[in-house]
Amino acid sequence: MTTQTLKTKATVLENLVAVRAMIRRHKRNDIIFAAVGLLALMLGLLTLLTLFLDLVMDGYPRFNLTFFSEFPSRRAANAGLLSAWVGSVLVMIVTFLTAVPMGVAAGLYLEEYAPKNWFSDLIEINVSNLAGVPSIIYGLLALGLFVYGLGLGESILTAGLTLGLLTLPVVIVSTREAIRGIPVAIREAAYAVGATKWQVVKDHVVKYSQGGILTGVIIGMSRAIGETAPIITIGALTFIAFLPPSPISDVAPFINFEWLGSGFTVLPIQMFNWLSRPDHAFATNAAATGAIIIVVTLMMNGTAIYLRYKIRKNIKW
Amino acid sequence: MNTAINMQNQSIALSISPSLAKNVRRNIKERLIEFILMLAALSAVFTTFAIVAILLYESLGFFKVVSLVEFFTATEWTPLFEDAHYGIMPLVSGTLTTSAVALAVAVPVGTIGAIYLSEFASHKVREIVKPMLELLVGVPTIAFGYFALLFVTPLLQKIFPELPGFNMLGAGIVMGVMIVPYIASVAEDAMRAVPMSMREGSYAMGATRFQTALRVVTPAAVSGIVAAYILAISRAVGETMVVAVAAGQQPTLTFNPMEGAATITAYIVQVAMGDLPHGSIGYQSIFAAGLVLFVLTLVFNIIGHVVRKKYREQY
Repeated sequence: MTTQTLKTKATVLENLVAVRAMIRRHKRNDIIFAAVGLLALMLGLLTLLTLFLDLVMDGYPRFNLTFFSEFPSRRAANAGLLSAWVGSVLVMIVTFLTAVPMGVAAGLYLEEYAPKNWFSDLIEINVSNLAGVPSIIYGLLALGLFVYGLGLGESILTAGLTLGLLTLPVVIVSTREAIRGIPVAIREAAYAVGATKWQVVKDHVVKYSQGGILTGVIIGMSRAIGETAPIITIGALTFIAFLPPSPISDVAPFINFEWLGSGFTVLPIQMFNWLSRPDHAFATNAAATGAIIIVVTLMMNGTAIYLRYKIRKNIKW
Repeated sequence: MNTAINMQNQSIALSISPSLAKNVRRNIKERLIEFILMLAALSAVFTTFAIVAILLYESLGFFKVVSLVEFFTATEWTPLFEDAHYGIMPLVSGTLTTSAVALAVAVPVGTIGAIYLSEFASHKVREIVKPMLELLVGVPTIAFGYFALLFVTPLLQKIFPELPGFNMLGAGIVMGVMIVPYIASVAEDAMRAVPMSMREGSYAMGATRFQTALRVVTPAAVSGIVAAYILAISRAVGETMVVAVAAGQQPTLTFNPMEGAATITAYIVQVAMGDLPHGSIGYQSIFAAGLVLFVLTLVFNIIGHVVRKKYREQY
């Protein structure tokens, strides 16, 4: 009998050792996986870092003021970004003026006004579908509709409208998300003192969702600034050695809209143009342009993320 | 007496009418504003219809010349040559090959990242990592194109010396890295939707985090994870600048990522850069190619959304 107990004791001990080994093994697996997981997430970040350093190192000979004040040229070392960055700014103005009012209005309608019926569902399905349409398809739409259908040509107006349509879903979605966070009590309080629906929306809903809307607008704009494919598709010229007519003139009425119909180039197009040349000297220009575009978009995105973080921290309903 | 009542009535009417009139004006204004806001919302519907209409209209001209059978069975795509062939398959093969390479990178990395974010990362780590992933999404694709052509490809050529300068492998890998944050965030959403009680049940049985993540959370969230993959395919298929810059311009019917081949998107870019007369067959061909691309992405998007909806209803 004693041998029997001893035997059981021995097996229990053996088992215990085995179990402890197993637990150790599994705990080790936990740590290994956590490390692998963090590494997987870092891969993207490391890529971004490498990409940025690569662009900066390849492009650093061009980082001087003349790069910003010269037109594109056949000689890589003399070529600059003047027409490209001016074009980008002007196109972004048009994009902003189309996407923001329309997007915010659409978001307000869908959240505050839309009745629950098939019609609202139709709009909603369309918005989420549009967010998934590849950007180059917007370029084809613009080529068929704006360039030829409406005869707007390959102009700043066409590009701005195209990018406006492209950013519209982003603005709509972020507007809706910002509005959804506002408690019903705020609206009820306004109604209780006799405000009309529009007064509630304008003075309370929009006011409290401003920050969220702004975040979405910045993200949408930063996406539009780097967008290349739709602008190429509308047939934007890539060698532009002139500036569009100035929007401000010295004779009355001081503002003119000629620039809307002007030919143009934008930063990513200029980069693509330089990148697709066989002459390797132009790759330096492309790299410098790429670094500039990345800095601009990262700064915009960073601002948006910071804003959202601040809003989340500050608002306690 | 009659006149007295009349006068009294009149004075009441007079005193009411300004505020009534104000009410009417106010109502008209309210209706008008609602109408304008609705028009803005309708612009989304209008855009979708315009896209479909333009693609169909221009493609119709194309398909008057090219039969559907030739379009889908011919093995050469040379619409701009003297000897024109109109088989979309070489472009489709290029698109699918680059997408397959991208997914081969993005699916494992994205899934592991999602599991880590949802099951392992502390609140603090998540607060730092997620915004960084968002930053990555914001990088313009043309910059990734430069990276694929002038950094990744030379690097790959050190391993595979016979790799051509334009190849689908480098473009696909870079595209994959671009898609990782997308898969990670959608899959993480799905995993976080799995109720805590299921994890607690697993922990109570003595399972470790890794075991719980792998055997409990992942199976429970599988439809959401699959949806992430499908939506990622749609992304990869529609991606333009990376492949236009780095994957090559020659439509080639091949599934070998070590070769260069044009994708649907790269073809559209290439043709749009040239100066094609409006209404020519070459001009129409980019709309036909665009239609194929639109249908492809739409199908993947719809499947993705349907699969994604399913898991939401489960809990």
